[in-house]
Amino acid sequence: MTFLASTVSYLELFKLVLPEVVVVITALVVLSIGLTSGRAAIATGVSSARRQTSPAGTSATSAWCSLTAILGIVIAIGAVLLLPSTASLFGGMLVITPLTSLFKIICLALSFFTVCLVQAEKSLLHPGEYVAITLLATVGLMVLVGSEELLMIFIGLELLGLSLYVMAAFDKTDLRSAEAGLKYFLFGSTSSAFTLFGISLIYGMSGSTSLAAISEKLSTASVQPLLATGIIMTLIGFAFKIAAAPFHLWAPDAYQGAPIPSAAFIASGSKVASFVVLGKIVLVGFSPLHGSPGWHAMIAGWSPVLAVLAALSILIGNLVALAQTNVRRLLAYSAVAHAGYTLLGLVAGSRDGFSATLFYVVVYAITLVGAFGVVAIVRSETGGDDLKNFSGLSSRSPLIAGCMTVFMLSLAGIPPLGGFFAKFYLFSAALRAGGNYGLFWLIALALFGSFVSLYYYLIVLKAIFVDQPSLATVTSPSFLSSDLLRRATILALAAAIFFLGVMPEPLVARILAAIS
Amino acid sequence: MIAWTIYLTFAGALVVLVLPRVLARWIALLTTIAGLVLCIIAFVHMPIADLAHFTTIVSVPWVPRLAMNYHLAVDGVSLTMVLVTGISALSTVLFSWDVDQRQREFFFWLLLVVGGCYGVFLSADLFLFFAFYELVIVPKYFLIAVFGSTNKEYGAMKLTLYSFFGGMFVFAGILVAYATIGSLDLNQLAQFHFSPQLQSWAFPMLFLGFAVLAGIWPLHTWAPTGHVAAPTAGSMLLAGIVMKLGAYAGLRVAMNLFPEGFHMWSKWIAVFAVIGIVYAAAVALRQRDLKFVIGYSSVSHMGFVLLGLATANVLGVSGAVLQMFSHGVIAALLFAVAGRMIYRRTHTRELDALSEMNLSRALPFAAFTFVIASAASMGIPGFSGFAAEITILIGTWKTYPIAVWITGAGMVLVAAFTLRALMKSFFGEVRLQTGRVPTDADWNEQPITAAEKCGAYLLMFATLAVGLYPKFLLDRIMPAVEAMRFLR
Repeated sequence: MTFLASTVSYLELFKLVLPEVVVVITALVVLSIGLTSGRAAIATGVSSARRQTSPAGTSATSAWCSLTAILGIVIAIGAVLLLPSTASLFGGMLVITPLTSLFKIICLALSFFTVCLVQAEKSLLHPGEYVAITLLATVGLMVLVGSEELLMIFIGLELLGLSLYVMAAFDKTDLRSAEAGLKYFLFGSTSSAFTLFGISLIYGMSGSTSLAAISEKLSTASVQPLLATGIIMTLIGFAFKIAAAPFHLWAPDAYQGAPIPSAAFIASGSKVASFVVLGKIVLVGFSPLHGSPGWHAMIAGWSPVLAVLAALSILIGNLVALAQTNVRRLLAYSAVAHAGYTLLGLVAGSRDGFSATLFYVVVYAITLVGAFGVVAIVRSETGGDDLKNFSGLSSRSPLIAGCMTVFMLSLAGIPPLGGFFAKFYLFSAALRAGGNYGLFWLIALALFGSFVSLYYYLIVLKAIFVDQPSLATVTSPSFLSSDLLRRATILALAAAIFFLGVMPEPLVARILAAIS
Repeated sequence: MIAWTIYLTFAGALVVLVLPRVLARWIALLTTIAGLVLCIIAFVHMPIADLAHFTTIVSVPWVPRLAMNYHLAVDGVSLTMVLVTGISALSTVLFSWDVDQRQREFFFWLLLVVGGCYGVFLSADLFLFFAFYELVIVPKYFLIAVFGSTNKEYGAMKLTLYSFFGGMFVFAGILVAYATIGSLDLNQLAQFHFSPQLQSWAFPMLFLGFAVLAGIWPLHTWAPTGHVAAPTAGSMLLAGIVMKLGAYAGLRVAMNLFPEGFHMWSKWIAVFAVIGIVYAAAVALRQRDLKFVIGYSSVSHMGFVLLGLATANVLGVSGAVLQMFSHGVIAALLFAVAGRMIYRRTHTRELDALSEMNLSRALPFAAFTFVIASAASMGIPGFSGFAAEITILIGTWKTYPIAVWITGAGMVLVAAFTLRALMKSFFGEVRLQTGRVPTDADWNEQPITAAEKCGAYLLMFATLAVGLYPKFLLDRIMPAVEAMRFLR
C-alpha cells in the first residue's frame, strides 16, 4: 500500500468526499431532531400519565425527519454531480470514476424512495433514529461503491451491515422483526467473517489489498489451492449479501419480519451496491483468473463458481417461491432467483455483461422498492401481507393495483416494462460472451426459471384482480398527507419501470460509458 | 400510415382507462373502426409491387448500442394478417357490447391484445417483434380469469403458461440468432447464412416455440380449455388472431432465418400437422359442449396452416396465409354465435340441452349465422375456407401426396362434427310442434341486438368476399411468399 497523504490536502479530500459528508451531517441533524421532539413528546406523555408517545407527536416528528433526510439526500446528489470525473486516492481507497458517481446517485435515489416510504409507517416509534440509521446505511453504500481497495470495501460492508441489522430489528413491538434482525445479524456476521478470511488469504498471496495491484500480481499466478480458497471465501461473503442460494436462508425471514422500509432497503440499495462491488472485485481484481464456465470447457476460476451459484439460485428461488402464501416471503424467494439471473452478466465477464448486470439490478431495485410500498399499503389497510390480504385490492384502490401489476410483470419479464428489456440485454450479453454458446446451459436454465416465475407473479395478480375480498379492511383507506406521499412514490416508481422498458437507451448509454 | 393502427390502438387503450366507464365501449368501438379503416385504406392504396418484399415503413434507432431499432415493415403476408386483425377486432368489440361490469379493464386488456397483434404483424426488428409477441400473453390472462366462465381460472392459467412456455423457446432462438450475427434486423437476418449445424437445432427450438401458440398437436391442449373458459371476446380474439401470431411468426422468423433447418424438419411439421387435423376433428366429434367443438375445430384448422407451411412451395405457403385469414374470420363468427348469441341467452352450451330448445325458431338470425359459419368452416365452395384449403392441398400434393389422402379423410370428419354441432344446437328433434321454448328462469329472451347483427354481417361479408374472389388477397400474398428464401 502506498499512502500519498502528504500530497493530498484535507480541503481537497473534503471536496472529494463531500457527498458522504453531507449524508453523515444530515443523519446527525435528523438524529437530533428525533431526540429533541421525541423527548418532548415523552415528557408530555409522562405528565399526563401515559407511557406512549402521542401519535400526533410521532407523526409530526416523522414528517420533520423525513423532510430533512430528503433535503439532505437531494443536496448529496447535487454534490455527487459536482465531483471531478476521475480521481483516485490512497491506492484506490477512494476512487471517483463516472461509474462510482452514477451508482452513488442511484444508491442515493433508492435511499430517497425508502425514506419516502418511512413517513407513512406507523409502527416505527422512533422515526428520527430510524431515518438516521437509514442515512448511515446509505453512507455505507456510497463507501462500498466508491472504493477499489479490499480493506475499504470491507469497512463499507460492515457499516452497511450493522446499520441494516438495526433497521431489520427496529420494530420493537413485533416479535418477527426481532427474529428478522437476529437472523440477518447471525448470517451477516458469519458472511463478514468469510469475506475477511478470504481477503486475508488474497492479501497473503498477492501482498496488496488494492484491486489493480492484486490483478497485476495474479496475472502470473496459477490457481493454487490457497488462492482458490481465498477467492471462494470472498465470493461466499458476497453471496450472502446478494442472497444467492445456498446462502439465502436469512432472506425470507428478514424480508417478512423486518419493517417494510428496511426490507425494501435490504432488497434494493444493499443489493445494487453489492453487485457493483462484486463486479469490481471479480472483473478488476480477479480478472486473470476468470476461468471458463462453458459447458464443454469448464476451466477453474471464479466464473464457474459464480455460474454454479447462479444456477442454484435460479432453481431454488423459483421452485420454492411457487409454494409461498405470504407475499413478502414470495418476494424474498423471487429475490434469490433474481440474484441468480443477475449473476449471469458477471459470469459472462465481458463489458457488456457487467453493464447488463448493473442495468438489471437497478431495474430490479426500483421494482422491489415499489412492490414493498404496495405491500406496506395493503398491510396498513388490512393488517397483514398474505396473499389473501391482497384480494380485492383492485376495487379498493385501482391505481395501486395497477402499479403492483407493473411491478410483478416487470419482475416476470413482460414487455414493455423494464424487466423485459433488462432480461433480454442480460441474456444476450451472456450468450455472446461465452464463445461457441458455452453459456447456453445457464441461459436455458434462466429462461426456464423465468417461465416458472410467471406462475407465482400471476398468483399475486390473481389475488388482486380476480379473487373476491375475503377480509374486512382494518382501516378504511385514508388519504392522509403521509399516505399520499407513499402513493405518489409508488406511482413514480411504476412510471420509472415503464420508462426504463420503453426508453432504456439513456441508462444503458450512461452505464456503458461509465464502464470503460 | 398503416403503423398508426398500432399507435391508435394503444392510445385507445389508455383513453379507455382514463375516461368514465360508460364511454369505454364507445372508445373501443371508435378505436377498432379507425384501425380497420386504416387497414382497408392501406390495402387498397399500397402498390402491389411494394408488397412483394418486406418494405420498411418506419425505422427509428431505439437502442443503437445493442442494434435495436424501432423498425416496422409491411409485405403482402403481413398486410393480410393486419387486415384480419382489424376485422376480428371490430367484430369482437361489437360482440362485447353487453359487458356490464369492469368495462374499463375489459376494453383496456382487449385493446392491448389487438395492439400487440398489429405490432407483431408489422415489426421488422426481432426485439420489437418479441416485445409485441410477449405483450399479448398477459392481457389474455386477465380477460379470461376476470371475465370468463366455466373453470376460468384454470383455463386462463393453463393458456398463459403454455404461451409463456412457447415464449421461452422463442426467446432462446432469438438470442441465438442475435448472438451469432449481432443484428436484430429481420431483413438482414434473412440474408445471413447460419451454419447448417446451428440451423439444425435452432430451427426446431424456435419453430416449436411459435407452434405452441399456433396450437400444434400435441401441445394444443391449452386451446380448447382456454377457448371454453374465455369470454366471447376472448375466444374470438384467441382463435381469430392470437393463434395466427404463432403461425405467422413461424413463417416470418423461424422459416426465413433458418431455411436449411426448416428443410431438415419440414417432414416432421407435416406429420404433426396431419395428426393434428385428424385427431382434433375426431375429438371434436365426441364433445358435448358447443365451445369445445369449436375449440377443437380451431386446432384442426390450424393444422391446415401448419401443413401449408410445411410444403415449402409457393402454393402451399400462400394457402396457409389465406387459411389464417379465413380461419380468423370463421372462428370468430362461430365463437360469436356460441358464446354471445346462444350462451348469453340460454346459459348453457351443452349440445343435448340445446337440442331440446328449438333455437332455430327462437333465434332465427343466430341460426342463419351459424349455418353460414358452419358451411364456411366445412369448406363449402364459395366461402373462404374452401379457397384456402384447396390451395393448401394442391400445394401439399406436390410435396407430400400421402398427406393429402389422410387430410381428405380428416375433412370428412370436419364436416361430420360441424354438421353434428349444427344439428344439435339449432335443429334439434323437438317433439312439440311449437317448440319447447325453454321456460326455466335462466332463459333470457332478448332479441338479437343491432351490435350483434353488425358484427355478424361484417364477418360473413369477409368470408364470402374472400371465398368468391380469393385473388384479391392471393395477388398480394403470392409475390411476398415468392420473395422468401426458404422455397425449394
